[in-house]
Amino acid sequence: MLTLEKRPQPSKNWTYAAPLLAVVITMIVGGFVFAALGKDPLVAIRTIFYDPLFGEFASYSRPQLLLKAGPLILIAIGLSFGFRAGIWNIGAEGQYIIGALAGAAVGLAYFPDGSRIVVFPLMILAGVAGGMIWAWIPAFLRNRFKTNEILVSLMLVYVAESIQASMALNLLRNPDGHGFPGSRNLSQIPASANLEIFANTGIHWGVFTALVAVVVSYGVLMRHRFGFDVRLAGQSPRAAIFAGVNPKRLVMTCMLISGALAGAAGMFEVSGPAGRVSIDFNVGYGFTAIIVAFLGRLHPVGILFAGILMALTYIGGELAQLSLSLPGAAIQLFQGMLLFFLLAVDVMTNFRIRFGSKE
Amino acid sequence: MKRRTLLASGAGAAMAAVLGAPLRAQSGKTKVGFIYVGPVGDGGWTYQHDQGRQAIEAQFGDAIETVYAENVPEGPDAERVLTQMVLGGANLIFTTSFGYMESTLNVAAKFPDVKFEHATGYMTTDNVSVYSARFYEGRAVQGHLAGNMTKSNKIGYIGSFPIPEVIRGINSAYIHAKQVNPDVEFKIVWAFTWFDPAKEADAAKVLIEQGCDVILQHTDSTAPQAAAQAAGNVYTFGQASDMAEYAPMPRISSIIDNWGPYYIERTQAVMDGSWASVSTWDGIGKGMVKIGEISDAVPAEIKASAEALRDRIAAGEYHPFTGPLNKQDGSAWLAEGETADDGTLAGLSWYVEGIEGDIPS
Repeated sequence: MLTLEKRPQPSKNWTYAAPLLAVVITMIVGGFVFAALGKDPLVAIRTIFYDPLFGEFASYSRPQLLLKAGPLILIAIGLSFGFRAGIWNIGAEGQYIIGALAGAAVGLAYFPDGSRIVVFPLMILAGVAGGMIWAWIPAFLRNRFKTNEILVSLMLVYVAESIQASMALNLLRNPDGHGFPGSRNLSQIPASANLEIFANTGIHWGVFTALVAVVVSYGVLMRHRFGFDVRLAGQSPRAAIFAGVNPKRLVMTCMLISGALAGAAGMFEVSGPAGRVSIDFNVGYGFTAIIVAFLGRLHPVGILFAGILMALTYIGGELAQLSLSLPGAAIQLFQGMLLFFLLAVDVMTNFRIRFGSKE
Repeated sequence: MKRRTLLASGAGAAMAAVLGAPLRAQSGKTKVGFIYVGPVGDGGWTYQHDQGRQAIEAQFGDAIETVYAENVPEGPDAERVLTQMVLGGANLIFTTSFGYMESTLNVAAKFPDVKFEHATGYMTTDNVSVYSARFYEGRAVQGHLAGNMTKSNKIGYIGSFPIPEVIRGINSAYIHAKQVNPDVEFKIVWAFTWFDPAKEADAAKVLIEQGCDVILQHTDSTAPQAAAQAAGNVYTFGQASDMAEYAPMPRISSIIDNWGPYYIERTQAVMDGSWASVSTWDGIGKGMVKIGEISDAVPAEIKASAEALRDRIAAGEYHPFTGPLNKQDGSAWLAEGETADDGTLAGLSWYVEGIEGDIPS
């Protein structure tokens, strides 16, 4: 007989071992899936995890990894505060979109004049503000009417997508675009372009901000009173109240932080890699960041690695499609398994397995 | 439809030097790449392009190699995938969605010795060709059938994006439905997607609830067929692929995109070294557009007249946009007997007279 016995304290070792074990199990099970598809599993795993970093064309794919990981890390860092405190912002995708639209709108408002020193910082502020407003709504509704922030924030994603389509077709549409939907290309306008800080590294202002966010959030979580409140509220809401934490203010603060970072991520993306507001320029970073946050154990450094790992599965997955003819769905399956096994292995953090019956 | 700053800047040139031809993987074979916006199993648009890819493999066997990436979002992801394809040694790449235009042009500029073929686009360069099919010819046959088959005189149309390609189809179908049934009315729903079974099913259900008993679609999944089948008495047409699994009802015919011959021809040109940048726009006559079997649900005389229309278009005797035709606002477009020129059709952004509603803009 196997029995699960709750640990008095979450196991520290398992906290760190779980993500690594989950990656290993995913590789093994994924290997079987690839083998069942008639591909050499070792070659497939190497193509996904090794080639983008050290393969023949790594000089191209390494910067691409950072481009892809940047928004994931930035959004996930924001989400990690709320998730630690038991506040579930599932709608980062919507905050990302609204941040992008706000930032793009500011950039386009200054077109064609406006100097970069004024325009680009204003765009960042607008992006942050846009994301915060979109995150404020579920926070306010929860504090005021006890609504469920999971549902409200998720539903607001679809509202944001509709606003985005409308913006691409109407207000923000490129007047010189021959009637096709989509805004001017912000990345080609010197004042509004989110440029690379160091050429050919993939490190644009958004990636840089993500790295700063990792450091700052580490300081806040581990060294600041607010971080203590967040962790306490997550572990024991009642104890947190006794310790003087205002739960409503905590909800609002955590939601605004995640909204701000998601909005900033959207703004950096729309003015950089994506370039323009189109009907559907969002590609799910806000949702994938949830996986990244948990894969990184809600820890800033963990999130940094998890974001890069997730980017690796995207880019390596594409390579595997191209060089091994693996179907795209097999790669999505692989990414899904990663979260699935993480959650499964996570049981070991809070429980221990006991063999034999418990007498 | 997007551009990465990196490549717009001087860094792009430096990178091209670093990543250029000498460093690319090389093999003796001609390597042909395909980038798809949907899954190869969508049963429509992407499925047909992948049939074209398989036709190349069948034709040339071991002399060539094909690679593809499916479900690639338009934007920076597409540009990265295209670059990876080139680095992997592709000599010829078909980019099979309008939204890949900017990515295609960016990557093509960096790798001038690689040939690109952009479907449904309009921008050509020395190493970028564009190709598309005159789907509006097929739409004419569809409209003819739809106008004859509707009992409620309400025809539903699921639009994808309000771009000329789609607007042409709506106009062509409307003109030919109206020809055979003056009472016909079009209800148009914009789905803002090329492939999203859930949205397409919703759109179809809304149209059916509004009394439409024929549904035309410019989206790629079979969800509208399934919705029509559930409703029982609604006719649909296969889009991009035959969708024969829904015949004879609700699918009464189809427009089939037949890319294989073009893909074989262009691959051969790269192998011969004779490839040159061209704009190709072929229709029923050249076999790029095919009309799927008109099913037994259609009365014999209607079937015969539809096939006659198809054959007249194929033979070049009849142009689907032949005057007199007015624009939606009543202003004159084509005089009696005049036919639309390709330039106007390529940029078509208005409805013809009689269609109600506005194009989202």
